Amino acid sequence: MALIAEHLTLEVDHVRHLDDVSFTLERGRLHTLIGRTLAGKTTLLRTIAGLQRIDRGTLDLDGQSFLARPVWKRDVAMVYEQFINYPHLSVLDNVAFPLRRRGLSVDVARERARAVLERVSLRGFEERRPSQLSGGQQQRVALARALARGADVLLLDEPLANLDYKLREQMREELRGLFSDQGGSIVLYTTTEPAEAMMLGDVVLVMHEGRLLQMGPPDEVFDRPATTAVATVVNDPPMNIVDGAIEDGLIRLGGGRSLPLATHMRGLPSGSYRFGLRAIELELGSADDISGAVTFSEVSGSETFIHVDTGFGPLVLQIEGVHSFALNAAVPVAIDQEKLFVFGPDDQLVAAP
Amino acid sequence: MAQIILSGVGHTYTGAAHEEAWALNPLDLVWEDGRTYALLGPSGCGKTTMLNIISGLVKPTRGRVLFDARDVTDIPTTKRNIAQVFQFPVIYGAMSVYENLAFPLVCRKWPRERIAEKVAEVAEVLDLERELRRPARTLTAAEKQLISLGRGLVREDVAALLMDEPLTVIDPQFKFLLRRKLREITERFRLTVVYVTHDQNEAMTFANEVVVMSEGQVVQRGSPEELFEYPRTTYVGYFIGSPAMNLFPVSTDGGALVFGGTRLRSNYDAAALPPGQLQVGVRPEYLELAFEPGENTLAARITGILDQGSVRVVALLVAGEPAKLSIPRGRRVPSGDVLVRLPADKIRVYVDGDLATAGR
Repeated sequence: MALIAEHLTLEVDHVRHLDDVSFTLERGRLHTLIGRTLAGKTTLLRTIAGLQRIDRGTLDLDGQSFLARPVWKRDVAMVYEQFINYPHLSVLDNVAFPLRRRGLSVDVARERARAVLERVSLRGFEERRPSQLSGGQQQRVALARALARGADVLLLDEPLANLDYKLREQMREELRGLFSDQGGSIVLYTTTEPAEAMMLGDVVLVMHEGRLLQMGPPDEVFDRPATTAVATVVNDPPMNIVDGAIEDGLIRLGGGRSLPLATHMRGLPSGSYRFGLRAIELELGSADDISGAVTFSEVSGSETFIHVDTGFGPLVLQIEGVHSFALNAAVPVAIDQEKLFVFGPDDQLVAAP
Repeated sequence: MAQIILSGVGHTYTGAAHEEAWALNPLDLVWEDGRTYALLGPSGCGKTTMLNIISGLVKPTRGRVLFDARDVTDIPTTKRNIAQVFQFPVIYGAMSVYENLAFPLVCRKWPRERIAEKVAEVAEVLDLERELRRPARTLTAAEKQLISLGRGLVREDVAALLMDEPLTVIDPQFKFLLRRKLREITERFRLTVVYVTHDQNEAMTFANEVVVMSEGQVVQRGSPEELFEYPRTTYVGYFIGSPAMNLFPVSTDGGALVFGGTRLRSNYDAAALPPGQLQVGVRPEYLELAFEPGENTLAARITGILDQGSVRVVALLVAGEPAKLSIPRGRRVPSGDVLVRLPADKIRVYVDGDLATAGR
């Protein structure tokens, strides 16, 4: 039982908003969809909901065409970035309303609404109006309404984007528990935040410029990013990508720098490659390491992000502790070749640590 | 540029000047010339009220606002020479980038050559020289925010740059690029900057000094490192850092702090602490998994693991108390019963929620 998309394509003014997107989403699993703004995330959700017509492709739910079904016959619940609630209804009736529409009696609908409100920690707020709640609480009401319906398909479009940072942190943890009870639904959740996609998803989908680049368990996407674009999108700060080559049993980087070949690179033919380095895996080194010039550094409490220009391109380092650097100061950068990702000139992953 | 002084400034939106009604409790605050400040707190803490008082959009119920020695309390926003950047870019979509940047000067009836000169100068700093002829609506969100900023910068004698969550519409992957650009600009123009945000990461990475607000009050101001290492209250410990600082209830036994039956070694002399409810705080980054019993080592049980990509956050119960510990990816995470260590020099003591200064 699944939602199966094949070759979804939409072009507007010569820009591909969806470019041959195919996937299978299974019931009872939480799918997170990560991508930058304009990656096609919202277009995809709108297509599933029936709010967006597409040029080509099929979408089947449990073996039946979903695209052919009109919007009002699709059992889809959607939660948006902006909190949307019925301002004139109490919190309880906001959640009970869609249940009433489906023919449940007032008592049954309200009873079920109460149970869901309890799950989203809104017990005691049933009689208030949405406007009397904080932003986080309002978004919980919207979530509760979507959850209560037990819809076939539950779509969440960056639901935490408008919340305070601390609240977002707390809600992320709560959401995992909430969706785990949502056994029968197909859940698709979009975000621009790598940590959120990793934490929440049973399956992570990565979109970029209208294309679905990779889909798999969080570990797989993080440890074996299929392309350089995936590697930059799922890492924060984005993975450093530098051009180089493998020649004479050495890794050659620009500016005359070279490193010994790592274990996982043995057997790769000589030629041009692109190397990926995670910011957190780069360290300040000693005099015989590669040297670079600091272009910018910023401290975030326990960590320092250092932007360094090297002979082979700019790098971002994420190091423990608080350090300050003068602009253009020379710093040695230690690169552990065993931690390098290797991509072909076509940006496809060829070897991972 | 200017030093900005808030002298006894307080504000209430209800008009009722009693304690509960203050959106901003009366306070004295000095913003030094040429420094970058972040005003950090959750929604409703009063940070935007304070920003609006500085810009003149809100006239404080009480107190005076001074730019250098000049009292500007009764001077309207338009006369305060303030550059402002809001959450969403404010640009004229139908105009070119050049016309957008020139607009404030055209309104001031500057001669055309002087405008051209000034726009060129600002465009260079913003890295928008090659985009000057483009219609502004075709730019990215980040570029639009730079134009909003640029329109403030073209004027002479900008007293201060005020920004209200300027990175809201920017993708996480581009935020640091824009932050870097903003830093370059503020350093080059030696601007006094007040930057409002609810995002601790943004505040910590952007500002020389962070002012943490809660419920209409300033609870701490300091460098990012001070806020991280020595949060003055348990609230700051919670608000700064992700996940929040761990807090454990402790008792005393002579000069020692006792947690879960274990006497803790720390930099504090428990006998010298004032009376009150005692807690120790340890950052999740500093809590360690231990492999054998030893100093400050307690039994714990792992209850869950959150994979955040480059770090894993381990949820556990330490002597029955919930706690979090973050460890870099690549390190093995055990399961079930484990030992954790509270490093002595990373222990902070709180009495009734306030960082203890006595006994250290």
